[in-house]
Amino acid sequence: MTSILSCRNLWKVYGPHADATLRRALARSDAPGDIAEQLTAGRLVVAACDVSFDVTAGEIFVIMGLSGSGKSTVVRCLSRLIEPSAGAILIEGRDLRQMSERQLIELRRHKLGMVFQHFGLLPHLNVLDNVAYPLRVQGMGLRERLERAREMVELVGLAGRETASIRELSGGMQQRVGIARSLAVEPDVWFLDEPFSALDPLIRRQMQDEFLKLQSKLKKSIVFITHDFQEALRLADRIAIMRQGRIVQIGTAADLVLSPAEDYVAAFTRDVPRDKVLTVADIMEAGGEQIGAPAVLAEMRLDRVIALMAKERRALGVVDGDGRPIGRITPEGVLEALAQSEA
Amino acid sequence: MAEIAATAAVTETRAAPAAPLTEGLLWALALTLAALVLAFHAIGFDFAAPAQSLVPVADAISTAMAWFTGHFRAAFRAITWLFQWPLGWFRQVLLAVPWPIVILITTALGYCAGGLRLALFCIVALLYIVVTGYWPMTAATLASVLVAVPLSVAVGLGVGIAAFRSHSVRRVVEPVLDLMQTIPFFSYIIPILVLFGIGPVVGLVASAIYAIPPMVRNVLLALERVPPDVVESGLMSGSTARQLLWWVQLPTGLATILIGVNQTVMAALSMVVIAAMVGGVNDIGLEVYNTMREAKFGQSLLSGLVIALIAMVTDRITRGFAHGGKDIGGKSRWRLFFGGIGASVIVLLALAIVFPSLWAYPDSARFYPAAAMNAALDWFTRTAFPVTSALKAWTVYYLMLPFKIGLPASVRPSFWGFAMSPTVTIVFSVIAATLVLLAWRLKGWQAAVAIAVIAGFYYFGTLGMPWPVVIIIASALALSTGGLAIALITLLSLVFILVNGMWAGAMVSVQLAAIGVLFAFLIGASLGIWAALNDRVSVVLRPICDTLQTMPIFVFLIPAIMVFLVGEFTALIATILYAIVPSIRYTEHGLRSVPPEIVEAARAMGTGRLQRLSQVELPLALPEIMLGLNQTIMMALAMVVVAALVGARGLGEQVMIALNQANSGTGLVSGLAIALIAITTDRIIQSWAAHRKEVLGLG
Repeated sequence: MTSILSCRNLWKVYGPHADATLRRALARSDAPGDIAEQLTAGRLVVAACDVSFDVTAGEIFVIMGLSGSGKSTVVRCLSRLIEPSAGAILIEGRDLRQMSERQLIELRRHKLGMVFQHFGLLPHLNVLDNVAYPLRVQGMGLRERLERAREMVELVGLAGRETASIRELSGGMQQRVGIARSLAVEPDVWFLDEPFSALDPLIRRQMQDEFLKLQSKLKKSIVFITHDFQEALRLADRIAIMRQGRIVQIGTAADLVLSPAEDYVAAFTRDVPRDKVLTVADIMEAGGEQIGAPAVLAEMRLDRVIALMAKERRALGVVDGDGRPIGRITPEGVLEALAQSEA
Repeated sequence: MAEIAATAAVTETRAAPAAPLTEGLLWALALTLAALVLAFHAIGFDFAAPAQSLVPVADAISTAMAWFTGHFRAAFRAITWLFQWPLGWFRQVLLAVPWPIVILITTALGYCAGGLRLALFCIVALLYIVVTGYWPMTAATLASVLVAVPLSVAVGLGVGIAAFRSHSVRRVVEPVLDLMQTIPFFSYIIPILVLFGIGPVVGLVASAIYAIPPMVRNVLLALERVPPDVVESGLMSGSTARQLLWWVQLPTGLATILIGVNQTVMAALSMVVIAAMVGGVNDIGLEVYNTMREAKFGQSLLSGLVIALIAMVTDRITRGFAHGGKDIGGKSRWRLFFGGIGASVIVLLALAIVFPSLWAYPDSARFYPAAAMNAALDWFTRTAFPVTSALKAWTVYYLMLPFKIGLPASVRPSFWGFAMSPTVTIVFSVIAATLVLLAWRLKGWQAAVAIAVIAGFYYFGTLGMPWPVVIIIASALALSTGGLAIALITLLSLVFILVNGMWAGAMVSVQLAAIGVLFAFLIGASLGIWAALNDRVSVVLRPICDTLQTMPIFVFLIPAIMVFLVGEFTALIATILYAIVPSIRYTEHGLRSVPPEIVEAARAMGTGRLQRLSQVELPLALPEIMLGLNQTIMMALAMVVVAALVGARGLGEQVMIALNQANSGTGLVSGLAIALIAITTDRIIQSWAAHRKEVLGLG
């Protein structure tokens, strides 16, 4: 897998002379924990501390953290809406921090898209003009950009509301406009900063489903910010958990559930229904031999396996996407995996 | 580095005013010092404030002004010449249009801005102006406004944007705005007069200066209030800085910017009216001024009403557009609307060609009941004389005079029934001491200090009080509410006033303003409480407050002078009328915006309506009410200068004298003295209110 976006040792520190102080501290020591402690003692605020991760092409990378954990700061550093204090942001191998203002604007015009928690729509423009705004700043002609905006509005299911003013729309619809706008320039990297947090729970659920459907079509490389662990589980290919400016753990949902790196992560995963997170592949016993029992797919979630197992009452075979046998899964193994949550 | 440390220290002192114990100590120290000064005063030590300037600030300004004028007069006269053209054009165009068309177009504007009701109001207002024969004078006034407003809006927009983008620009701009809004108009009109020469351009330039600050402030506010998500989404769309400003930030803040335009229009109108009497243009402002001076009250009321009506019409129309205007419907309805207006204009034009009386309103049809009004007014003043004269005498002899020159100089047998003697002093001291002790027992030592200070000023008068006492008390007040920085500003301002020989004038003005504020606040806050308790009162008061607030300052002098004639009491009445609105507004708003859950909790605990008001709502609303008081004080100080026209003494009088002599130095320094008093009072109250809100946990 190729990495589209790469964040290397990113720091963001607030306070008087923050950047210079950080530079001096980095020159003295390599232990991020010590440095952060030093800075905090010096009345500086460390919003992001030595954050590193990679996002591969077509992946949904979710950064999950509670308020004040630094997740919003990180996603803004990724597009230089906030200037990072230290570190490197590579997009397709080019360092964002080395770019001039002009280059940065070009990058935002063609490669990046972003969706905001409170939508960030322009109140004086209608739906269509809002979606067309990123094309307008590029200098695209009126007819061409409205054509393109119309496609986007249709894509997010708002066809027929093109001339509505923003005030007339519900929160869910406004966010659809936000999504359409961020996709209008066909970005490669798509940032979503708590896009569904301001919506009602039912609408949120619906938007999550539609987001997944959209992504299965578009295959963008996504950084998705949320404070909702359930949302992270539903959407993520991989999750990074942040706390006090630091990434505590990065992994798939199953990784976090099966081996939380510290108590903080465990506190989130404790109440997660494991059968809905774990897949056959996570707990199977590997082996290529055929067994005389029905087989299940490796990526199948346990809740569906359990139903089958209740009927068969014995171990089942496991096959990969091409139908090749790759192992087996036993009732004992399933029970053990599910029981761990109670331990 | 040192600078940053200094600002840090300032913010710290501001965030944490002195703790109760040290605050008590501070006041004990201040009062002891004051008592010491008074003791020296009693044994004959003379603390007379210098009557002449000790430092040549005023002279320096005058000299600099003379030099500047000598070198650049030609340039400024060229500007005057340049501006005369658009002024003349606007006036000619306004006058050339047949009056029915003027009414029609204004009404159409009114309809677009605020619907049928505003349209009806426009018809009535304009008909009044036409029928009373004041339209030509009104046109002259409007021409100045029409030139001043675009000028102010453009400059205000530019400065606002620059201040938003650059922190250092902003740090220069903000204090300058404060000064521009607090230095009395009559002070800075002097150099303008000298530079531009007498004529309509003076009013134009002066009103542009006065009208720029609200525009700058609203532009700044609008740009700051654009939600961060909107700015970030604009940036992520790849906007350049310029695209972001013009396509994202300014349109998003448009509503606030339009409110700025509305305030700019009102400020310009208000100043154009005042400027007329210095500029000598034959417009509606001059008419009011002249009729007032000649004691033709019917005439001055009739013409004053014109000013009030123009102010109301322009305010409602601009505010209507600021709030989005009226939604007439789709494009076809708009086309129909404009088509109808256009057709009517053509028909009216044709009619006007046939009937000349539809072109220029004939003098013979003029409705002008000035004589009848004068008679009615005569009758009223004669009938009400016992009441009004008693009111006047009581206020003047028992309140204004003692606070001005002190009891020893003002107690006379003719009114008090006894002469001043040591016995009187002793009795007064005993009463004062009892009140102080009572206040201490019931409300704590702060109340006792307040009573003691007020009693002191009542006995000695602001003029009789030795100046060190005033400086000590004011600085202590600033220190205990606002911290070190504000105390320093207060101290320096008062010293500035002292060494420039402005002390006596300043004290007289402060005395007048303070008594005006006292009445305005007591009456205003009571009305505000009533309006908060009773929706019907609120509905009745709101349009009255709206109207009072749009009225140019000048208009308030008319009713006061009609009933009470020239004198300090008239100035007091005008001050109260002018300054009362914020006290009403903020009190009602403060009470109504007490968090509902707190009110509910109080109700659940079984409090009665009055208990809830006095124990829950008023304490929580107090910071907001104090901001209203602050506004009232600012307006009273502004009125003190204008009221010099109807007999107020003090700094206002000095400004007027300087104006007559075209003495830029004295005029500006006296004006600056008023501005400094206003700014320090403002800082003290603002920081108190901010601190109090923080303590109460109200956003």
